[in-house]
Amino acid sequence: MLKDVTLGQFFPGSSIVHRLDPRCKLLLTIVYIAALFTAKSYVSYAVMLIITGVCIALSRIPLKVILRGLKPLWIIIALTAVLNIFFTPGRELVSFWKITITCEGLIRAVFMVLRITMLIAGTFLLTYTTSPIALTDAMEILFGPLKKLKVPVHEMSMMMSMALRFIPTLIEETDKIMSAQKARGADFETGNLFQRARALLPLLVPLFVSAFRRADELAVAMECRCYHGDEGRTRMKQLTWCTRDTLAMVWSALVLAGVIVLARFGL
Amino acid sequence: MTPIIRVDHLRHVYSAGTPFEKVAIDDIDLAIPAGQFVGIIGHTGSGKSTFIQHLNGLLAPSSGTVLFDGEDIHRSKAATRDVRFQVGLVFQYPEHQLFEETVYQDIAFGPKNARLSTEEVDARVREAARFAGVDESLFERSPLELSGGQKRRIAIAGVIAMRPKVLILDEPTAGLDPAGCRGVLENIAAYRRETGSAVLLVTHSMDDAARIADRLIVFHAGHVAFDGAPAEVFAHTQELLDIGLDVPQAARIAQALRDRGIPLPPSIYTLEQLTDALLAAGKEAGVC
Repeated sequence: MLKDVTLGQFFPGSSIVHRLDPRCKLLLTIVYIAALFTAKSYVSYAVMLIITGVCIALSRIPLKVILRGLKPLWIIIALTAVLNIFFTPGRELVSFWKITITCEGLIRAVFMVLRITMLIAGTFLLTYTTSPIALTDAMEILFGPLKKLKVPVHEMSMMMSMALRFIPTLIEETDKIMSAQKARGADFETGNLFQRARALLPLLVPLFVSAFRRADELAVAMECRCYHGDEGRTRMKQLTWCTRDTLAMVWSALVLAGVIVLARFGL
Repeated sequence: MTPIIRVDHLRHVYSAGTPFEKVAIDDIDLAIPAGQFVGIIGHTGSGKSTFIQHLNGLLAPSSGTVLFDGEDIHRSKAATRDVRFQVGLVFQYPEHQLFEETVYQDIAFGPKNARLSTEEVDARVREAARFAGVDESLFERSPLELSGGQKRRIAIAGVIAMRPKVLILDEPTAGLDPAGCRGVLENIAAYRRETGSAVLLVTHSMDDAARIADRLIVFHAGHVAFDGAPAEVFAHTQELLDIGLDVPQAARIAQALRDRGIPLPPSIYTLEQLTDALLAAGKEAGVC
C-alpha cells in the first residue's frame, strides 16, 4: 500500500532528455520555472504548453505517468481554481446568492491551473529522467562556489543522496512493523483523529529506533571505508558537459527571452 | 474433526495488473489439525512468508479461501481482526517491533487490544513471560535496553500473551547463539505441550525441523513440493538437494553412503537412525 508512493520516482531510459547533463537539466528547470512565472497571457502560455509537450515527448515518459504524478496534488490545483474563479473582480458572468463568477476569474483560474500543472510536470520530468545520485552530484557542483563561504555543500548533497537512498528502505520497514503490530491486534484504520494518532505510536517508536540503528551502522560502514568528507574525493562517474547541453542552454535562454518580450507586450 | 486451519486453492499475486506482477503462491491446499507441530521449509522467495501472512488475514488471497475453525477469516472485517488474536504470528526479527516503555506493557499490548480486563491481561502477561522465558524482574525495564536474545523472548511473549490457538513463528532463532536457539525452541515446544496449540515453525535449519516437528511442509516456487512426516519428506533427500534445500546432516551422510553403494534404508534423518542403520548394514556385510 505504501509502495504506491511514486512521487518523483526515477524512470531509467536513454532518451535525449535522459542523456543531458544533470547540471544542464537542473539549470533548464530553473529557466523553465522563471519563464512560466513570466508568462502573462494566451500566446506565452501557448508557447510554454508546446515546450512542455515537446520535452515530455522527447523524454519518452508516458503521459500517463506524468499525470499520475499530479494526482496527489489535485486538491491544491482544485483549490487554486476555485479561489480564482470566485474571488477575482471583473465582468460579471453568473451570479447567485452571494457568489459571483466573473469572466476574468474564469480565465485567471484556467491560467493558474495551467501554470501549476506545468510547474509540477516540468519539475517531475527532471526527477523522472535524472537518477537521484546524478541530481545530487549536479547540485554539489552547481553550489560548489559556496564552499568558499564555508557552506557545507558536499555534506549537504551527501545527506540528500543518503536520504533519497533510504526512502524505499524506510517504506519497507514501515510496512513490516505495521504488519507485526497488526498481528498483535493493533488497529490503524478506525477511530477518531486522536485515537488514530495514538495508534501510530507502536509504529513510530520502532521506526525511529531502527532509523537510528541504521544511521549508526551506515556511519561505521563509511568510516571503515575511510570516508572523510569532501577533501580529495574523486567521482566514479564524471559529469561531462557536451555540445548538446550548451545548445539546450542557449535554446532555453532564447525561450525565456522570448517569453519576457511577449510579456512586455501583454501577450 | 475440523482442522483448525484450512486453505483451499490459495493463490496470491503481488502487484497484479502491473509489469511487476508476481505470483507468490499458487493453488495451495493444506489442512492443519489442532495441536500439530508443523515445520515449514523453503527458500527465500519460495512463498512461505506470503503463505503464513494469509493465515492471520494480514494478506488477503487473490483467490481461494482461508478457513479458521471452519469459517472464512475474511467474512467480515471484525472476523479478520478477531482471527489475529487466535492465530499469533511472530515475524522475523520480532525484536524490531518493540515500542513500549516497559517490558510488561509491551507484552500486554496484544491482550489489551483484545479488550480483556486488567486482571486477565495481567494473568496473560505473566503466563506468556513464563512460556517465553522472560524473567519477571525485567518487567519494569525498558525493552530497548536489553540484549538481543532477551528482546526476542519479549517479542515472542507479546504474541503468546494473546494465547493463540495457532502460533506461527518465522525463523524465531535467526541470529541467536546456539544456547539461545535451543532455549527458544524448548519454550515453544513447552507452550504447545501445555496449551495444545498448533505451532507452525518456519525455519532454515533442517536439523531443528527434523528434531521437533510432527510434519514438514516444503515450499518451492510458490507450490507445496513435499508434505508429510519428517521421515517421509527426508526420504526424498536427493530431490530436496536438487531444489537447492538443505537436509539434516544425518540424511546427507546417508545419501552420500548410498551413492557409494552402501545399502541403507531411505528414511534416515537423525544421527541415532544413521548409527542403527549403519550397524545393521555392517552386520549384514559381516564386518562387525
